[in-house]
Amino acid sequence: MAIKKDKVDAVVVGSGWAGGIVAAELAKKDYKVVGLERGQDKKHEDYIGTKDELRYSLRYEMMQDLTKETITSRNSPDKTALPIRSNENAYLGTNTGGAGVHWNGHNFRWLPYDFEIYSKTVERYGKDKIPEDMTIQDWGVTYDEMEKYYDKYEKMAGISGEEDPLGPERSNPYPNPPMKDSPSTKLFKKAAKELGYHPYQIPSANVTEQYTNPDGETINACMYCAFCETYGCDFGAKSDPIITVLATARKTGNYELRNQSYVTRVLHNGSKATGVRYVDTKTGQEYEQPADIVVLAGFVFTNTRLLLLSDVGEPYDPKTGKGVIGKNFTGHFNNVTYLGAVGFFDNKKFNNFAGAGALASTLSDFSGDNMDHSDLDFLHGFEPHIRVMGNRPIEYNRVPEGTPTWGKEFKEKSLYYTNRNLFVDAQAAALPKKQNYLDLDPNYTDFQGNPLIRVTYQYTDQDRKLGQYSIKTCTEIMEKMGADIVESDELSDDVEFNSSFTNSHNGGGVIMGDDPDISAVNTYSQMWDMENLFVVGSSSFPHFSNYNPTETIGAFAYRAAEGMEEYLKNGGGLVERKRAKKHA
Amino acid sequence: MTDNRSDDEKKLDEDGVSRRRFIKNTGMVAGGVVGGSLLGGLLTTQFQQEPETQTDKKETSSDLQDARMFFSRDDFNVLQAATERIFPEDDNGPGAIGLGVPYFIDKQLAGSWGVNGKDYRQGPFIQFNQVESMEGKDTDEHPTNPPFLKRQPDTDLQRHQSRLTRGEIFLTGLRKMNSMSRNRHNKTFDKLDEDKQIAILQEFEKGDVKLSGVAAENFFVLLRQATLEGAYSDPLYGGNKNMEGWKMKEFPGAQASYANVIEKEEFVKMDPISLNDYQGG
Repeated sequence: MAIKKDKVDAVVVGSGWAGGIVAAELAKKDYKVVGLERGQDKKHEDYIGTKDELRYSLRYEMMQDLTKETITSRNSPDKTALPIRSNENAYLGTNTGGAGVHWNGHNFRWLPYDFEIYSKTVERYGKDKIPEDMTIQDWGVTYDEMEKYYDKYEKMAGISGEEDPLGPERSNPYPNPPMKDSPSTKLFKKAAKELGYHPYQIPSANVTEQYTNPDGETINACMYCAFCETYGCDFGAKSDPIITVLATARKTGNYELRNQSYVTRVLHNGSKATGVRYVDTKTGQEYEQPADIVVLAGFVFTNTRLLLLSDVGEPYDPKTGKGVIGKNFTGHFNNVTYLGAVGFFDNKKFNNFAGAGALASTLSDFSGDNMDHSDLDFLHGFEPHIRVMGNRPIEYNRVPEGTPTWGKEFKEKSLYYTNRNLFVDAQAAALPKKQNYLDLDPNYTDFQGNPLIRVTYQYTDQDRKLGQYSIKTCTEIMEKMGADIVESDELSDDVEFNSSFTNSHNGGGVIMGDDPDISAVNTYSQMWDMENLFVVGSSSFPHFSNYNPTETIGAFAYRAAEGMEEYLKNGGGLVERKRAKKHA
Repeated sequence: MTDNRSDDEKKLDEDGVSRRRFIKNTGMVAGGVVGGSLLGGLLTTQFQQEPETQTDKKETSSDLQDARMFFSRDDFNVLQAATERIFPEDDNGPGAIGLGVPYFIDKQLAGSWGVNGKDYRQGPFIQFNQVESMEGKDTDEHPTNPPFLKRQPDTDLQRHQSRLTRGEIFLTGLRKMNSMSRNRHNKTFDKLDEDKQIAILQEFEKGDVKLSGVAAENFFVLLRQATLEGAYSDPLYGGNKNMEGWKMKEFPGAQASYANVIEKEEFVKMDPISLNDYQGG
């Protein structure tokens, strides 16, 4: 029998960037907020002295406990999905702060083109340019409307960067200067400039100077110690929810975070949410947490799954294209993007052990619609970069092609080339396809007996052509960088999605828009079908840009928080009622 | 454990460690892998009689950790030989045995990793013939891929679908290596010449060997991965003895900061720091 807790103003599922930002904004305005986090209680102190490659990178210390819950995956509806059984195949964040603690810290604003991708594509190339099964759609909001939220996020997180020479307009410079250049970023930039491109330093959440944000939280200066990705920061120098928004929320006295609290249902009466049901995974006790508004701010899989389990919204049907929950699932997947060229240098050694998660250089010449796609067989673009994250010894053993992967020659060459190789790769956009979606799995369940979420995902020629083009560009840059041996990745015309979810860049399932027929939430992340239920995070992205998602998650979380305040203050109705009317 | 020794004592200690490693490794070279464990046992016995090790707290505790908690002696002998072939001793420095890799793997398999303690283990599991067909396509370790983007098999089936735990996979693979060796050469795997050991390992790598419950190439990927982990993980796990793996790889370990290194054009050589040092006990 579930124990009923006292009602609060808002219950927020998840404590990552999305949940943390929403919690902080509401708590600052004196609303009582309860956060529910399925993972363990973690503080900054837990990550001091943890530069341990085996524990964090190979044993996945900070990734989801798959004994309780996982996802299943398949390529097409005629196949049986199988569960992801090991963290090796899916990096799903967990614990306080979520994936926002173990990230690398790359921050990008997405492009005006991203938010109006359908209109702008039709405008420039005509409707026929869009393949029949590609379900790109406008987001219902423009970059100009989002600018102030981006600005707010950057100031909160202390983003350290320089202006992208090809980037969209900004109201303010970044709050902190860009990261230092290493010899390899210099080499990349020089080569890129010689090729006529416009390189710049990637905006970083590895903060370059000690910084106090507008909420009064202090982030320390980055030490370039090379333990970011899959690690919590030793020094409190990588912006994460624990040291920023969760701290802000807590000090108001209005926020309580309950860890090891696994939410199983959104409770509702058909038209309004009344709270959530969750189980304390330490005791097995079930609880109900009533609230005036319910906020789902988990990862893509959690948000979509909870709606489907709770019977909220119309599930998406890939045959008819009708319904919205589960629609437009996308992501950056590693055998079609993140490909490029490696360069081996015989006469130059780099300090490859040093770096920072977001010490990297890139260029936007190929991003979004920055290049003319008239004669190209794909839409959107890619972002070629060199990343200086620090090459840890177990994971990095690059050797020239033809070298065995073990034995005498491998040992010799892997040691020789450890500090004599550089890699340029590209992150490419992922556009949605009618047949790619999320639903509940009929065969596999979590530890509570509830169905797991199921991924159905197939690559398209769009994905493959875009990936192939990006490899060519990376190779061109690497050759210009002067490596003695340059080896390009291969991407075949029939490469297929391999059910590997290893970079936490996923979107869709609960997408936003200005039309309730084709979107689940409005641009304030408010459910069309349930006005006091907000679903925040990359689950609301109708497609995936070539840029990293976090800053856009953050910006939309700020916008969502604004919508929640408006809703709580003015007693109901859709925040975007006016806009919605025309579709009613 | 609190270390109350003076700096001089610690220094002596470290010198002691290096000297002993050198002798032990040399012993391995002299004996090859043939009879490696027997020779290792003899050397250990000899050293235990040395007064130096009687008073040497750090070194004694490190040696006492080198005992099997998962494998039998026969399985362990095969493991030692196999890991040494994957990461052999050479002019650069020690191989898998000298680095403590076999003990590292033994400890790992006895713990949570060996029983897939963080994995989703609910059924239904698919039948093994399906596992086999998917695992055969593994293209792990493409040289240009960053580590977190490890290549997975190009198939819609996920790689880890075996009913076996990692511990069971190791036992299955190592015992098959030994039985192949006995059948063909009338010798246990660890007693074979290097080239014959390599030939058998290559068969596993290519998937030309039939195992029950796991594809041979998948076992091989696991074995190779665990060997590199033992060579290069922090010494706290029992491998990378005396940080010799890091020294060969010019990896400085757990350094607090590279703020003064990051912009440097020239290569900066640094003595590695272990977590034991970094955490300050």
